[in-house]
Amino acid sequence: MNTSPAPSKSDLFKYTLRQADNSMVLCQRLCQWAARGPDLEEDISLTNIGLDLIGQARSLYQYSASLCDQQVNEDDLAFMRDSHEWSNLLLVEQPNGDFADTIARQYLYDAWHLLFLEQLTESNDTTLAAIAAKSIKEVKYHNRHSSMWIKRLGDGTEVSHQRMQDAIAAVWPFTAEMFIPDELDQRMLEFGTGVDLKALKHTWDSQVSSLLVDATLSKPVAGEAIVGGRQGQHAEYLGDLLEEMQSLPRSMPNHQW
Amino acid sequence: MRLINQNTESELSRVRSILDTVTDPEIPALTINEMGILRGIEIKDNTVIVTITPTYSGCPAIDHITDDITKVLAEHDYPSTRVALVLSPAWTTDWMSDEAKEKLRKYGIAPPCKTSLLDDSQEDPNITVIVACPNCCSFNTKLVSHFGSTACKSFWQCADCLEPFDYFKPI
Repeated sequence: MNTSPAPSKSDLFKYTLRQADNSMVLCQRLCQWAARGPDLEEDISLTNIGLDLIGQARSLYQYSASLCDQQVNEDDLAFMRDSHEWSNLLLVEQPNGDFADTIARQYLYDAWHLLFLEQLTESNDTTLAAIAAKSIKEVKYHNRHSSMWIKRLGDGTEVSHQRMQDAIAAVWPFTAEMFIPDELDQRMLEFGTGVDLKALKHTWDSQVSSLLVDATLSKPVAGEAIVGGRQGQHAEYLGDLLEEMQSLPRSMPNHQW
Repeated sequence: MRLINQNTESELSRVRSILDTVTDPEIPALTINEMGILRGIEIKDNTVIVTITPTYSGCPAIDHITDDITKVLAEHDYPSTRVALVLSPAWTTDWMSDEAKEKLRKYGIAPPCKTSLLDDSQEDPNITVIVACPNCCSFNTKLVSHFGSTACKSFWQCADCLEPFDYFKPI
């Protein structure tokens, strides 16, 4: 039995890094929409959500760096790790696809992110709690925005309805991972530092179901969960994303503006 | 080098009035104090410690503001400054005074309503918030986009004067 009153520094490092990786990868995906949005306002919205996420990622990477045994900074963590060292959820690395695919991924994540942050504000780690309290105000707006689009496209034309339905179905298998704790999640929960992922499932399910009903969409049948992101098992999608994101700092290491 | 009086009220108020010239680079109508970004001033061992908090996590203005604080204090004979960034308590638009909100409106940005008026159960902030046009004061306005020219604003249009305008989102 673990009788230590607080999680080990290395556990806290890994746990913080996971949350940072989620925000960073989703930010990068959203920024790929820059100059490609369906209209100017949406272009600005997606990249603004990305801006909030990179701000949250920076706070989390800075905190991770302070917990790391090696001498690293936030940039090393974002730009110098390879795909298998990334611990983000598989959901956030899914390709942008069309606008419906992006909105489906965004909404299903936003709804989870909001519940996750609500719990994290209760963490006994004051830094994680402070970052969560700050982030939650921003994520409420993300959730409002993606919910609005789910309803608008789902309850829109025949074509928009079908594409929204297909998009939800395509990312659905990646949502299960958000609620499956591994050993690290379990230890962090026992210390009162981490979030009870299993407990989020019920609220998420009922919120998502109710929005899908409003949007005249049907909820996909739960199939086999696709997991592995937190253990560094990613699809080639993440490699491609990182290659683009990391190319500049890797080709010109230690360069300053 | 001038010896700075430690934490005396007169020294602190001098620093405060110097910092009253530092504005948010994206909203030059308001000072960092009026925005609620400035959280504290302290003088320790001849160093001025200025505590600030970001509006949004990703707000790029915060680096500018940090540089501006250091620069303006150096110009006023405070060569040693440390700017500390705090996240807690999280910044809220409720920290803006009524005067600050009026300045925002005159600058062309609709000021944020009190966050207590927001109903989190509503997905659309439109339902509970009526935003007055900062140009003609009409309430006949509509939300164009949840996100606007900066992280802190949404984008609206007035149906009477037809002018588009930014609304400072309450958070």
